[in-house]
Amino acid sequence: MKGLFERPWVLSLLLFAAFVLVWHLATGGGAASQAPVDPEYAKLIGQSGPAQGQSAMPTPMDVVRRSGELLSHAFDRHGTNDLGIGWHLAHSLARVLGGYAIAVFVAVPLGFAIGLLPKLYAALNPFIQVLKPVSPLAWMPLALYTFKDSGASAIFIIFICSVWPLLINTAFGVSAVRQDWLNVSRVLGLSVWTRIRHIVFPAAVPMILTGMRISIGTAWFVIVAAEMVVGQSGIGYFIWNEWNNLQIASMITAIVLIGLVGLGLDVLLAQITRLLAFQE
Amino acid sequence: MSSSLKVKGVSVVFTTKKGPFHAIDKIDLDIAAGEFVCLVGHSGCGKSTLLNLIAGLNTPSTGELYCDERLIVGPGPDRGVVFQQHSLLPWMTCFENVHLGVRRVFGAREDAAALRRRTEAALNLVHLEEAAGKYPFEISGGMKQRVGIARALAIEPRVLLLDEPFGALDALTRASLQDELMRIVEQAHPTVVMVTHDVDEAILLADRVVMMTNGPKATIGEDIRIDLERPRERIGLAGDSRYVAYRKRLLEFLFLKQGVRDTAGI
Repeated sequence: MKGLFERPWVLSLLLFAAFVLVWHLATGGGAASQAPVDPEYAKLIGQSGPAQGQSAMPTPMDVVRRSGELLSHAFDRHGTNDLGIGWHLAHSLARVLGGYAIAVFVAVPLGFAIGLLPKLYAALNPFIQVLKPVSPLAWMPLALYTFKDSGASAIFIIFICSVWPLLINTAFGVSAVRQDWLNVSRVLGLSVWTRIRHIVFPAAVPMILTGMRISIGTAWFVIVAAEMVVGQSGIGYFIWNEWNNLQIASMITAIVLIGLVGLGLDVLLAQITRLLAFQE
Repeated sequence: MSSSLKVKGVSVVFTTKKGPFHAIDKIDLDIAAGEFVCLVGHSGCGKSTLLNLIAGLNTPSTGELYCDERLIVGPGPDRGVVFQQHSLLPWMTCFENVHLGVRRVFGAREDAAALRRRTEAALNLVHLEEAAGKYPFEISGGMKQRVGIARALAIEPRVLLLDEPFGALDALTRASLQDELMRIVEQAHPTVVMVTHDVDEAILLADRVVMMTNGPKATIGEDIRIDLERPRERIGLAGDSRYVAYRKRLLEFLFLKQGVRDTAGI
């Protein structure tokens, strides 16, 4: 038995069970231990609010029930304003992948160039350093004004937040190729093109993939906030909409789904890294 | 085919954060075509610096180096280098590592099949035919260094430069690679310059041992000819009185004359 409790997943399960139990007790299994919602406010938000005397905070069972409903109708579509949660996730993913793909196409070649040409790096560095710390959401009004389209603006926001880690990691990977390998290239008298193709690029691949992995995480982070601001769809919009309906159980479901999709993206990139990066 | 080497009044000054560092000072050295020379000295005495100068990877601050009377201005395929850390490209198989240089040097004149045969022959020379398809991380340290030697030999250099090639290997692997190197050099007969700090290795392999004083401002301390007939054989040599005498001379230079590092190079 001792062995069983030393396994990390057993402990995880116990912690989760303890968390659910505390949650269950706190939301009261019906006990009116929590402050009831102001009846005025309940009236304001209509029938979607909880019955008087009951906490707005759902119990674990409420969340499970609500998740079941949401997931069983995940890909339902009743008009443009009533989409299943699956569609919202799909819209968010499409925006993330769109902005991310553009960022990869721009940042990897540019990063390669500035990694190879220290003077270009020095010239561009001030701009990179100033723009990098800007929150991607700060671009939102400017993007909306420029593109006049919320979808394009969201994609631009994803592009702008993905581009920096990709650019910096690629440039670093290219400029920090081990001197030993460059000496090999010099001693063999390789041409510039052979050197870039067979030595610099393969040597930089692990760093480029690291940048890609950081970027996809950041992009998935940012899409939720971006959709809260501009969305007519997407998982961020969904959470904000459910908040307006005070559907807390739906919000919790969405949070868990966001976590799972983010984990999936990260695992995917980790697998690609394992396939493409060299081993030593 | 082999080339002669000439080092004429070469000094190297590195700029460091603490100011200029005078690594080697006014070295003159003539190496005949086909000669096997070992550079011996304490760590940091500039022997690798001198080897890199001959390879063309560094340029001297003053003085000149010549390979067959031609000024050395950079690296070239006439001079093959075996690096201290094997320096194989980890994303290429052993075959591809060797083939990279073969394609570069002979690609313009020969067809693909002939190029493949060259690479295979180089790998056969170091007994690695069956490891050709493996990646460097899949083979042992000794095998990696063998691939490094094959890569250097495959481009048929006139000069072979080795920078402590066996320094990171265990004693048994090192001995077997020394024997292989002797066999290969006997066949192809290039000029060889090898950096080592192993006294036994130097006497076993070299026609001539050049001993360098401690840096900074390292220069050549002693330059002795090893008059032992070839082929040499390590067990027979161990009891040979000439071998013992050479060994004593080298050890005396390293540990009596150059033993105290503070007095070096003044």
